[in-house]
Amino acid sequence: MNIVVCIKQVPDTNEVKIDPKTGRLIREGVPSIINPDDKAGLEAALRLKDSQGAHVTAVSMGPPQADTALREALAMGADEAVLITDRAFGGADTWATAHTLAAALKTIPYDLIITGRQAIDGDTAQVGPQIAENLHIPNISYAEELKVEGEYVTVKRQFEDRYHILRAKMPCLITALSELNEPRYMTPQGIFDAYREKQVKTLTRKDLDVKDGDIGLKGSPTRVIQTFTKSPKAAGTLVNNLTSEEAAEYLLDKMKEKFII
Amino acid sequence: MKVVSKMNIQEYQGVYVFVQQVDGKVAGVSHELLGKGKELAQKMGTQVTAVLLGSGVAGLAGDLASYGADRIVLVDNPDLKLYSTRPYAYAMCSVIEKYKPAVVLYGATAIGRDLAPRVAARIRTGLTADCTKLDVADDGTKNLQMTRPAFGGNIMATIICPDYRPQMATVRPGVMQKIKPVAGAKAPVEKLDVVIPESEKDVQILDVVRKESHKMDIQDAKVLVSGGRGMGKPENFKLLEGLAKALGGTVSSSRAAVDAGWVEKDLQVGQTGKTVRPNLYLACGISGAIQHLAGMEESDVILAINKDEGAPIFEVADYGVVGDALKIVPILTEKVKAAIAARNK
Amino acid sequence: MDFTLSKEQEMARTLFRDFAEKEVKPYAQELDEEERFPSEALEKLRKYKFMGIPYPKEWGGAGCDNLTYTICIEEISKVCATTSTMLSAHESLGTWPIYKFGTQQQKEKYLKKLCTGEYLGAFALTEPNAGTDSSAQQTRAVPEGDHYVLNGSKIFITNGGYADTYIVFAMTDKSKGNHGISAFIVEKNFPGFTFGKKEKKMGIRGSATRELIFENCIVPKENLLGQEGKGFPIAMMTLDGGRIGIAAQALGIAEGALNETIKYVKERKQFGRPLAKFQNTKFEIADMATKIQAAQYLTYRAAIAKDTQKSCSLEAAMAKLYCASTAMDVTTRCVQLHGGYGYTREYPVERMMRDAKITEIYEGTSEVQKMVISKYALK
Repeated sequence: MNIVVCIKQVPDTNEVKIDPKTGRLIREGVPSIINPDDKAGLEAALRLKDSQGAHVTAVSMGPPQADTALREALAMGADEAVLITDRAFGGADTWATAHTLAAALKTIPYDLIITGRQAIDGDTAQVGPQIAENLHIPNISYAEELKVEGEYVTVKRQFEDRYHILRAKMPCLITALSELNEPRYMTPQGIFDAYREKQVKTLTRKDLDVKDGDIGLKGSPTRVIQTFTKSPKAAGTLVNNLTSEEAAEYLLDKMKEKFII
Repeated sequence: MKVVSKMNIQEYQGVYVFVQQVDGKVAGVSHELLGKGKELAQKMGTQVTAVLLGSGVAGLAGDLASYGADRIVLVDNPDLKLYSTRPYAYAMCSVIEKYKPAVVLYGATAIGRDLAPRVAARIRTGLTADCTKLDVADDGTKNLQMTRPAFGGNIMATIICPDYRPQMATVRPGVMQKIKPVAGAKAPVEKLDVVIPESEKDVQILDVVRKESHKMDIQDAKVLVSGGRGMGKPENFKLLEGLAKALGGTVSSSRAAVDAGWVEKDLQVGQTGKTVRPNLYLACGISGAIQHLAGMEESDVILAINKDEGAPIFEVADYGVVGDALKIVPILTEKVKAAIAARNK
Repeated sequence: MDFTLSKEQEMARTLFRDFAEKEVKPYAQELDEEERFPSEALEKLRKYKFMGIPYPKEWGGAGCDNLTYTICIEEISKVCATTSTMLSAHESLGTWPIYKFGTQQQKEKYLKKLCTGEYLGAFALTEPNAGTDSSAQQTRAVPEGDHYVLNGSKIFITNGGYADTYIVFAMTDKSKGNHGISAFIVEKNFPGFTFGKKEKKMGIRGSATRELIFENCIVPKENLLGQEGKGFPIAMMTLDGGRIGIAAQALGIAEGALNETIKYVKERKQFGRPLAKFQNTKFEIADMATKIQAAQYLTYRAAIAKDTQKSCSLEAAMAKLYCASTAMDVTTRCVQLHGGYGYTREYPVERMMRDAKITEIYEGTSEVQKMVISKYALK
C-alpha cells in the first residue's frame, strides 16, 4: 500500500506575539513546526506501516525551508519525501495550492492520501477536500479513527454532535484531526539518517503538468486586500455595585459581544 | 498583472445560502446566513435564495421564508437523505451552474467546511473560510468583502474574489444576526431535479453515532468556567459545571481548589497546572495569584467574578464583575441557556 | 572556532527539548519530592532510542556523535537533573568502557543491550575510603579457576539496584597501587552481589544512589574488561568522558533555572512594575546569561574534542569545573531573584539549586578538576 501524507510547515502560532506598540505580528524567533493535524496524519500513516506494511511518502509544498519539515517526517519514519517548490507557486490560495498539489500527486503512486484537516496559520480546512476533487477521488474529512481492510478504508468522522462511520474504496483522501493520535517523536538516529542517508526529492514548475494561469498568485481566485491586527488588549473594565441579576446580564452581553454565544 | 477571467461575471446574480439541515432540522447558522444574506442582497440590489438539499425536506420552506429567504431552490432526492460529500457537492454544483449566483454562503460547520471546498474546486472559484464579517464593496464593483481571522486569530484579513463567480464563503456560526422570524412568510419554491451519478456515491455510511458528552481536556476546551477558593466548597463546583455545559465548555480550577481537595489535579490551570488558551475564560472566585495568571492570561476573552475589588484577576480580565460568584453563576447559567435556545429556535 | 551546530544537531536539540518538556518535566517535582527513580522517563528514553546516542548503529546505538549526546543531557537537565543523572551514568559511565575496551564477545553480549536500553548500565569506582584517592581501593578480585572472586563494597553508585550491568573496579594486585586495579563487567544477578542502603541526598533525589556489596561474588574471567592491572586508565578515561556529561548537566541546570527566572521576573510585580524592569534584575540576568554562554562553549568544545582528539581530559576538566560553579552560582542567584517564593517548592529553582551542588562533587570534585587542569598548565 502506498500512502502519501501532505504536510505543511507552519509557524507555531502559539508562539506568535503582537508587538504592543506597532500592533504588528512578531514573526522573529517563532519556530516552524509540522502543522499539528498533518503530523497526526503522518502518525496514522506510520501506524498503518507498522501494523500492515506500507510505503509512506511525505509531500510538502512550500519554500525551500520546508525541507526541514520533510526531514522531520523522514526522522519519524517516512520512507520518502518530496518538496514541491518554485517561485511560480508563490502566493497561491487554497484553490491554486490544491491544484498544484494534485498535479504533483499525479506523479506519485498512492492508494491513500492523508492530509491534516487544517493548518494553524490559515485554518481554512479547504486544501484536503480540494485535492480530492482535483484527483476525482472521494474524501472523508475529520477522521478521528482510521482502519484499512483490503481495498477499503473505514473512518470515524467527527461532526459537532455525532460521528459517522464511513467506508470508501481506495484510492481516497482522508483529512486527519490531531485527536486521531499522539504522534511519535523522532529518534536521534532517525534524524541523522534523514540528513545523511536519505534525500528530499524536489518537484518544480517544469515537473508538473499545470497551466500558468492555474498556479501561484495568478491562478488564485481570491485576493487579500487588507490585513490588520485586532486592536491591542485595552485595560479591562471593572463594574461594581450591580445586583446579581444585573451582573449576570452584563456577563451575558459580553459573551454575545465576543461571539461566545 | 491583471488576471483576465473567462467568466462573464455580470451573468452571476443573487445571494444564495446553503441550508444545512440534519434530521430535518435547519441549523441555526443557516438562519443567521439568511439574515445576513438579505442585508447583503439589499446592498447589491438583488435577492436572497435558500438552497435546500435533502430528502423529504420540502416542509422546511416556510421556516426558511420566515427567516428572510426571498426564494427557495429545493433539490429533493433520496441520495441526499444523509449528508455525504460528493452527492451534496454534485447537487450544489448543479444549482450553481443553473442559477449562476453572485454569492454563495455556507455555515462554517463540519458539513459546510467539508462541502464548500469541494464545490469551489469543481467550479473553479474562490472560497474564504470561517468569515466573521461580510460586506459589499462600495467602489462600484459590488464585490463581496470577506473578513476572517488568520494566524491563530492573531490577525484579521479581508479577502475578495474579484474575477471569479460565485464568490463563496463559509461563515462562523454565532457571528451573524438572524432576523426576527416573520410568521406566515412565504417564498416561492423552485424544484430542481438532479440525478446523482453512481460514480459520486463512493462513500458508504455504515453508522451514525451520537456523541456522548465525555470529559474534555481543559487544554482542548473552547470555553473554561474556572473556580477558585471563592467557590467555598466542592459541591459549589456543580454550579460551574452547569454553566460550562450550557456554554459547551468544561470546568477548570485554580491551585487553591485542587490543594483543598475539591477538584482533581488535571483541572488545574497555572504554572504548576496546565496552560490554557480558550476562547472564553470565566474566572469565578479566583483571586488570580501570579502562578494562576501565567496559565490563562493568553485566553481570548477573560471574564471574572470576584468579591474582592482588588483581586489581581481583574488586572487581566477584559470584563470584571465585583460580586458573589455563587449568586451570579446560577442566574447566568439560565440566561445562557435561554439565549442559546433562542438562537437555535 | 566554529560552534555552529549542523542541521541534524539542531533538529536533535529540538527533539530533546520537546521530549524533555513533555515527557520529563511533568514528573520532575514528584520524583524529587518522593525520592522516586525516573522509571516513566526510562521507559520512554528506551522507546525513542535515546539510550545509545553516540554509539555506532552496528552496536544498537543511534550513530550520532558526542556533541549530540551532550545536547541531550543538557536539554533534559534543564527540566530534571534526576533523569539526566540516570541517563548520563548509563551512557557515559556504564556503556562507554565496554564500547572502548570490550572484547568482541563482551560487546555482543553487553554493548548491544546497553545501547538499545534493554540493559541499564552503572559504574562503580568509589569506596568508603577511596573517593578522590582511588588507589586506596579495598575491593579485591582474586582469580580462581575460570573466574574471579570479588570481595568488598562500593558506595554512592548511581543507578545502583536498577542497573543490569556494573563496571566494577577492584584490586587484583594491591602492591601495585593504581597499577593493580582491574575492571570487571558485573551483572546484577551474579552470585554474591547484593545492594546496601540507598542514600538520602540533598539533590538529584530521584536518582538511585546505592551501596554495592560483594561477598565472594563470582565473576567469570571473560568479564574482565581490558587487561588485568589496566583498570585505572580505563576508569580515568571513562571519567574524562563522564565529566563532559556532568558539565552538560550543570549547564542545563543553570539554563533551566535562568529560563524559569526570566519567566518569573517578567510576571512578578513589586512597587507597581515587573521585577524585570529593575536594574538589579537586568544586571543579574545579563551576568548569568554570559556565564551560561561561556559554559556552553566549554562544554561543546570538550564534546567535540571527545569525537576528534585522542584525549579530552583537559577540555573535560575545564568544562566540568566551570559549568559546575556556574550552575551553583546561577541557581543561587535565581533563588534570590525569586525572593521568598524561590525558597519554596512551589517554584522549581529551589530544586535546581539543590541539584546543582552535586555537579561540583561527583565524577571528580571541582578540586580534582583543578588538579587535572594545573597538571597541564604547569607542564
